[in-house]
Amino acid sequence: MGKVFAFHGGIHPPENKKQSTRTPIRPVPLPKRLYLPLQQHIGMASSPVVDVGQQVLKGQLIAEPVSRISAGLHAPTSGTVVSIGPHPVPHASGLDSDCICIESDGRDQWIEHQGLGDYTRLEPAELIDHIRQCGIAGMGGAGFPTDVKLHLGDDHIVNTLIINAAECEPYITADDMLMRERADEILGGIRIISHLLKPSHVIIGVEDNKPQAIHALEAALKGCELNIDIRVVPTKYPSGGERQLIKLLTGLEVPSGGIPADIGIVCQNPGTVRAVYRAVTFGEPLISRIVTVTGDAVAQPQNLEALIGTPFGDLLDAAHVYENKLYRLVMGGPMMGVTVEHDQIPVIKTSNCIIAASIDEMPPAPPEQPCIRCGMCEQVCPAELLPQQLYWFAKGREFDKAKQHNLFDCIECGACAYVCPSSIPLVQYYRFAKSEIRTEEAEQRKSDHARARFEARQARLEREKAEKEERRKARAEEAARSQKVRKSAESSGVATEPTQDISALKTAAAVARTKLKKAQKALDAARDSGDGDIPALEAAVQAAHTSAEQAQQALEKAEGVKPTAANIDTKQLKTAAAVARTKLKKAQKALDAARDSGEGDLSALEAALKAAQASADQAQQAFEQAESGAAAGTTGPDLKQLKTAAAVARTKLKKARDALKNAEDKGLEGLDKLRATVTTLEQKAEEADKAYKDAEASAGATEAPVNQPVPVDLKALKQQVSIMRTKIKKAETALAGLEGEARSQAEQALEELRQRHAEADKAFKSAEQAQLDAAAAQGVDLKQLKIDAAMARAAVTKLERSLAKSEANDERASLEAELAAARDKAENLNTTLKQHEPA
Amino acid sequence: MSLIRMSSPHVYKANSTANVMRLVLLATLPGIIALTVFFGWGTLIQIAWAGLLAVTLEAAILKLRKRPIGFYLRDGSALVTALLLAVAIPPFAPWWVTGVGVIVAIAIAKHLYGGLGQNPFNPAMVAYALLLISFPVEMTRWSAPFVLNGDGWQIASFTDTLAAIFGSVETVWYDSFTGATPLDELRHRGGLTNEEAWRQSRVLSEGIGAWHAVSAAWLMGGVFLLYRKIITWHAPISMLLALAICSAMFYGYDPDNYAGPFFHLSTGATMLAAFFIITDPVSSATSNRGRIIFGAGIGVLIFIIRTWGNYPDGVAFAVLLMNLAAPFIDLYSQPRSYGHQKANKGQGGKA
Amino acid sequence: MTTVITAILILFGLAVVFGIILGYASVRFRVEGNPIVDQIDGLLPQTQCGQCGYPGCRPYAEAIANGDAINKCPPGGQSTIDALADLLDVEAVPLDAEHGEEQAKMVAFIREDECIGCTKCIQACPVDAILGAAKQMHTVITDECTGCDLCVEPCPVDCIDMIPIETTIANWKWPAPAEAPGLIATDRGRGELQQQEAH
Repeated sequence: MGKVFAFHGGIHPPENKKQSTRTPIRPVPLPKRLYLPLQQHIGMASSPVVDVGQQVLKGQLIAEPVSRISAGLHAPTSGTVVSIGPHPVPHASGLDSDCICIESDGRDQWIEHQGLGDYTRLEPAELIDHIRQCGIAGMGGAGFPTDVKLHLGDDHIVNTLIINAAECEPYITADDMLMRERADEILGGIRIISHLLKPSHVIIGVEDNKPQAIHALEAALKGCELNIDIRVVPTKYPSGGERQLIKLLTGLEVPSGGIPADIGIVCQNPGTVRAVYRAVTFGEPLISRIVTVTGDAVAQPQNLEALIGTPFGDLLDAAHVYENKLYRLVMGGPMMGVTVEHDQIPVIKTSNCIIAASIDEMPPAPPEQPCIRCGMCEQVCPAELLPQQLYWFAKGREFDKAKQHNLFDCIECGACAYVCPSSIPLVQYYRFAKSEIRTEEAEQRKSDHARARFEARQARLEREKAEKEERRKARAEEAARSQKVRKSAESSGVATEPTQDISALKTAAAVARTKLKKAQKALDAARDSGDGDIPALEAAVQAAHTSAEQAQQALEKAEGVKPTAANIDTKQLKTAAAVARTKLKKAQKALDAARDSGEGDLSALEAALKAAQASADQAQQAFEQAESGAAAGTTGPDLKQLKTAAAVARTKLKKARDALKNAEDKGLEGLDKLRATVTTLEQKAEEADKAYKDAEASAGATEAPVNQPVPVDLKALKQQVSIMRTKIKKAETALAGLEGEARSQAEQALEELRQRHAEADKAFKSAEQAQLDAAAAQGVDLKQLKIDAAMARAAVTKLERSLAKSEANDERASLEAELAAARDKAENLNTTLKQHEPA
Repeated sequence: MSLIRMSSPHVYKANSTANVMRLVLLATLPGIIALTVFFGWGTLIQIAWAGLLAVTLEAAILKLRKRPIGFYLRDGSALVTALLLAVAIPPFAPWWVTGVGVIVAIAIAKHLYGGLGQNPFNPAMVAYALLLISFPVEMTRWSAPFVLNGDGWQIASFTDTLAAIFGSVETVWYDSFTGATPLDELRHRGGLTNEEAWRQSRVLSEGIGAWHAVSAAWLMGGVFLLYRKIITWHAPISMLLALAICSAMFYGYDPDNYAGPFFHLSTGATMLAAFFIITDPVSSATSNRGRIIFGAGIGVLIFIIRTWGNYPDGVAFAVLLMNLAAPFIDLYSQPRSYGHQKANKGQGGKA
Repeated sequence: MTTVITAILILFGLAVVFGIILGYASVRFRVEGNPIVDQIDGLLPQTQCGQCGYPGCRPYAEAIANGDAINKCPPGGQSTIDALADLLDVEAVPLDAEHGEEQAKMVAFIREDECIGCTKCIQACPVDAILGAAKQMHTVITDECTGCDLCVEPCPVDCIDMIPIETTIANWKWPAPAEAPGLIATDRGRGELQQQEAH
């Protein structure tokens, strides 16, 4: 017998082992249902290979290991798979976990199986694989898959195999009884493991409170060829802790965070060793184990050989439980076992003991008192920690410090809590701290991972953007190059204006307009809500306006100096003019709104309005000029005048409407304005008259067989007339809001305007008729007319679409107006076209 | 079936704080008896008075702090504090001196810091030090051992003692029953050598036996506590050793001016401190190594204060000073845990 | 007079010497970058959810380094606030409810038969945890999901649910031991009350 060392601390709780060793091991009657948790071991849960409803035979594989550290499951008896799903399992959390439930058919029929025969002739890998196939995992406590431990010989030098038969926890006698009754099987297992690991010697560590087991082992060892040493250690809890037993037997310490193999030692539990023996010799997978059923609440404490998956209830029945005395049901020993909440929880590979305790036996812990730092915990700690320091840290959630004080070297043996005079649940504090630290670390890992992914994504987006930019640049360069080539080719020909410039100018103008719009909107919003820096906003609007104007002017200039593309110019100018009008309208509206609310810089707005008007006029003029330029040489200056006059008339009309609105707002002052309106309207009427005359003149001119520009002229005239109509409509609408004298006056003015308009219209129509006749006679440019009509229709659809999209009310109103105008235009064009077409 | 769910372990040693305190109280019995035999009824009266006051005060403070009174009173820690204070102060100290001491010990030194388990200083020693500084006259009027009062067992009668503590007596009365302690004698011996002092002083030559006996009684109690594993040997032995070694060194160097180790160990509060005061777990270092350092520090400080300090006995100050150092000692005296090459040092985590 | 001059000279000499030492140290031990931002970023939960009002965890870390409040991160909760308080040596404050409340950890779940394959959630996911292509059903890689719920809002058919992570045996945590009733509970209760008041 070799030297026995000592480990620090330890306690001597009442053993309570005698009760359950009086009778030999008995089998449990076959239970009706067996519940086999997929996770009974350390590592990955196994994965089922059977389906619900499938018939299985005893020993058949029902779940296979899914990774290196995992163990398979076998049917403990023959029967039917009833379900695969959550069922309570023996775990401290009391949660459910996936289990395979087998309903036994009572026949207990084995699947065909056989041992390996002479295993010494097999490759070690083959032998280990067989052990793995038999689902063997450590049966002492943790449930570490045994095959992994047997592989250790590959990368570690194993010189000592320790059979941990100390079984230091009170109550438990499963290993004791196993050694008493099946010592030869244990020895057989030791032979197999020795064959695999080739240790220089084997030590069986047994506590001195198991004399019969020691005798049985000694008897079995007689004549054994192996260097096996039974070493009896003094009874002290927790000498059966793997690390403590190693220290006891060898004087060596397993390094913190390491495994025994790091110092050349492998530990195995006698139960596991026997299971290895049965697996190798008979081909039996691990489907049953010895369970101590004890405690004050059972009449016959004893050791039972139970199938894995047997519900605790069946075991308790076999030991004749007193239901009324049962207070606490513990799986494992009283020091480290877990309580289970009900008796349908099944036996698993690591269930060595079930204690059915009465309330007197295991009373609820007294309330926690303050720690008086008495240091008793430190005296008993087998890991030589400072339990009460760890307690303070865990309680104060200073997990960093707890970790620094080697919290993770705590084996949760419970010795500290056992001796604590203040009844502090120390172990639970450590478990709490450990799981908090683990969670924190897991979260840290997860967040680091998330950061890495986030950064990778950001980098990718950045890269994609850069690539896009690159491509865009490349395209632009390509375009510029081809442009240059074309230019150089054309350079001898017509001196073309750089179209690029114009398009750039256009873009600039558009941007300026958008900005203006936005600024205007912001200003409106600010006015509406009554807060915000209105003057600043107004200034911004002003600035935007100016820049828009400049851009527009620049565009116009650029376009104006382009003599060749006159047609396109006209179109563009038209658009510009329309835009200018829209702007003008908006400015007016803003001014109105400002007047309504009575706040804001009215004068500034008015100035803005004027500027907008001016720009609208300019645009219109420019358009007209361009148009007349397009018709250069063919039409007389009369036409131009007519157009100008029409434009002016329209402006005046607008002003009149403006004034009407003002009158609406400002009582007396409004009357003056109204008078002004009347005058303006009169003027307007005159202008319209003139236009009529001009039109007549030009209509007269068209009678002569001249040329095409005339229809263009007429068209413009028609447009003017239709626009006038629209204006009148609007004026009418505005009038509806007016009351009293102002109203009657305005009505009068409007009436007059209407008459004038009707006259103009009539004149136009007769002119048109005349022109049509002429055209019919000469075959007018139908093509041009058609194109115009199509364009007008497209404009209508576009406007409709944008109207559907727009939400802001003011925007809607202006869009509606535009739409109406566009519709008129399209209609007119259509009529014209129709009139021409039949001819 | 409804069963309870609990964290392991599921069994506990029949042990409680109250039990620990009861055993401590039991271990003080020899000392109390010795004090009564040699110095009269004063000690018993002081213990009764201090104990009563301490328990009442503890209950009142617990009520104020809204803590369950019965639960905390049962731990008996207040009684232990009161007892240690009562045996430390002179038996004839007036009731209000004891009262102030108990209030300081329970209210300030214990509960202001959060109650049992939270106090950084030994409550009894805080109270003692405060009393010694505040009421030097009362606190140095130690009763004389009966051997000096005449033949036979001459101690002040129970009623006289009661009167001395709770009422008032003639100053002359004190003269007949009080006297200097050996430590006083040696401290205030003027320019005399040890031998001369010994020859001149009756306290030293005749009365010293009483102090030896009391010390022996405390030692007995201490051995009992060690036997019952209520305390560990580390702090007491290291303190006594440190004191003995220091005094032996100086005694060996100059026997005329320095008292010998035996004198130091067997007079004053040395033994009381070694087994009952520095073993107070709350305010001492926690690990075994830490306790050795803690005890040694106290031993050295006691010697320094006794030899060169202003006060004849320095136990209270030594203990308080080392209480102050205890957390620091803890940080640097962690044990080497299983599986580690060396012990951790210093603060873990972020400071 | 000489003494005064000597003293001044000595002091001057010392000043020069220490100046040189400090200057050297500042060059020799220069800390590159702003590690405090990295440290703060390391403590944040990296959900990139933007509940703090910043476009991701790192911008918030930078904001904290520049003095922003540390209590704007609901996914991190009180533990993150405590850790930040610890790191920055400021007082730990309760979570600012304005930015949301601390919730159980969630993962996104796409009801796949309702998914129309618009890829909007894929674009919204800050950690690329959603798999799928246009007109193809999408699915969440649960392990990669940070539970930021940024994908929920863009979904045009509302087929994304945030479901709390289920407690299983694998992720179950030991609870802190229950305080014995009435023992230290008053202190604890007071603390909670203060927190409530702070809210």
